Amino acid sequence: MATRTDPTELTLDTAAALAAEEEAVEIRGKSPWALAWRRLRRNRFALLFLGVFLLIVVACALAPVYASSVAHTTPDENHIGENVTVGGKQIPVITKGGIKFVNGQTEFHPGGVPIGPQWWHARGRFVLGADKNGRDVAVRLLYGGRNSLVIGIGSSVICSVLAICLALIAGYYGGVLDWLITRFFDLIWAFPVILLGIALGTALQINGFHHFGITIQPGSLWIPTLVISYVLIPYIGRPLRGQILSLREKEFVEAAVAQGASSARIMAFEILPNLASSALVLFTLIIANNILTEAALSFLGAGVQLPDPSWGNMISEGQQTIITAPWLGIAPGISIVLAVLSLNVFGDGLRDALDPRATVRVEH
Amino acid sequence: MLAFLVRRLIGMVLVLAAVSFIVYFVFVIIPGGDPATRIAGKLATQTNIDEIRQRLGLDKPFVVQWFDMVKALFTGELRSYFTQLNVRQQIIEGLPVTFSLSIGAAIIWFFFGVVVGVLAAVKAGRLSDRLITVLALIGISMPVFFLGVVLRYLFAQRNSWFPDGGYVPLTSNPAQWFYHLLLPWLTLAVLFIGFYGRVLRGNMLDTINEDFVRTARAKGLSPRRVLIKHVLRNSLIPIVTLFGLDFAAVLGGGAILTESVFNLHGVGWYAATSVASLDLPPLMGVTLYGAFFIVVFSTIVDLLYAWLDPRVRIS
Repeated sequence: MATRTDPTELTLDTAAALAAEEEAVEIRGKSPWALAWRRLRRNRFALLFLGVFLLIVVACALAPVYASSVAHTTPDENHIGENVTVGGKQIPVITKGGIKFVNGQTEFHPGGVPIGPQWWHARGRFVLGADKNGRDVAVRLLYGGRNSLVIGIGSSVICSVLAICLALIAGYYGGVLDWLITRFFDLIWAFPVILLGIALGTALQINGFHHFGITIQPGSLWIPTLVISYVLIPYIGRPLRGQILSLREKEFVEAAVAQGASSARIMAFEILPNLASSALVLFTLIIANNILTEAALSFLGAGVQLPDPSWGNMISEGQQTIITAPWLGIAPGISIVLAVLSLNVFGDGLRDALDPRATVRVEH
Repeated sequence: MLAFLVRRLIGMVLVLAAVSFIVYFVFVIIPGGDPATRIAGKLATQTNIDEIRQRLGLDKPFVVQWFDMVKALFTGELRSYFTQLNVRQQIIEGLPVTFSLSIGAAIIWFFFGVVVGVLAAVKAGRLSDRLITVLALIGISMPVFFLGVVLRYLFAQRNSWFPDGGYVPLTSNPAQWFYHLLLPWLTLAVLFIGFYGRVLRGNMLDTINEDFVRTARAKGLSPRRVLIKHVLRNSLIPIVTLFGLDFAAVLGGGAILTESVFNLHGVGWYAATSVASLDLPPLMGVTLYGAFFIVVFSTIVDLLYAWLDPRVRIS
């Protein structure tokens, strides 16, 4: 950089000077992805939250390990009537209740109150306390997170694949197909989402689904996953269709047509790679949305079915005992906020990195 | 203009027909969904089931069944399979609650959404902008029902500063009406405040770089006047679209979570209680009611958009 002249004195020689300067370092072409990665790396805030999300994913994935070797229990095991050692003292997991005399005063202790968060005082047991059935909340939180994340990510994958296929067909072929698919997007848009989600979720949970050669058992995680997956199809499909409409007119597509490439080949190898960055951003943001939808359905009893935990149904359970044991509802709630927030922040950062001037955004 | 309206009207009817048809179809193909079997109970004989099926008209062809149900809904004869309550009557009874909740929350979220967006845009790049942006993101990431449960716990159960759920009609006691709805309003509004704030901030930062803003500055207008009359007014146009659609969704049963948490017996609550028993007629009624608001408001929004921004032509 030392040879660089003052930029205010731009002369014809500047070009030569710049050329000489750049010869010092070999110029390497950078792919758009490499450039994006470089921009993303500078966005510490986004990376921090990516780290938070990955941490949550890893923690939830390790739920069985935590349950067996730290908490020594399972997500569904009841510990009513048991005692736990805290700092050398035996404390009941669920209080039995009764009257105590302390300093000549009568104290009334209500029964059925579960043990509160013990952090590490009970050697890894009941780190976040117990629920009204004496189950370890920390263990249920991790297993519940696993369910919530599997459903959130799974439904987003299904949603994205369907939306991309529909957008490709609509945008590339145009005509009647385009009209039909656009109307289909409008139709999904007009659906009261949560209402239909609850209706479908509840109905499928009763007997499962046994049609068209597909069998889904009641209680399967596939039910909430599929029920949620269709909801955001227009959010991805619409902006991508718009992009495809303009990509279709580009010279490289024309060149591919001239070379005799088939439509499928053009869609897969010419158009799709150009959509990848938008699709990736939208994908990140809809995972966040789908985690929220799953939580809402489970909260209303139409998602993951008890006793299987999920963050949503844990809040619903926690609401019943919120006065005596507020941590039961607050712990899963904070987990949802953290997971969704980290995805939203990272998604924003990813959008800025991939295309600083992008206008695609997912709506809540 | 007239052609546009007529076309939209036809489109609306078609969308509503399609929505109701899909709801009906979904319930027929769901194995647990057959109402006759469920009403008859576990010990029913095939004759019982057939009898119920005939009484409810479920033995007719699928399309006829669907048509009968939609017709009954409009003539006000549709009744729940299980409680025998009139569906239209139940929805009408829930309307004051849902409307009070939605309108109050919408006023709060629109006002604060604009304030948050303008503040963040004016302070763009500074610490306060960062802080507002992070708070807005937290608001967006917060599940409505979790916020509701926490607010209810903190302000109504642990400390009794606010009434613990329930609804008081506006006509019987306006002060109590307001007092009972304040927490639900805030709960429902937070998500939208965060979302609108973020969108408006982005729009304003885009608009600030437009030529007409430079012209306004060059004319010697005060920065405040430029901001409000030129930047904000133009940035609000997309927000109006969002507002129309979100408001429609909330009116049309989208406040179901808030209504459940605060025990407000509105339309969403009615749907949530019917869902548990897979009671098709109320679900059909509420779904159509919700879809109606969404399609009507999206038409209104399109008209409003063309009026606000003359560059957009209705075609």
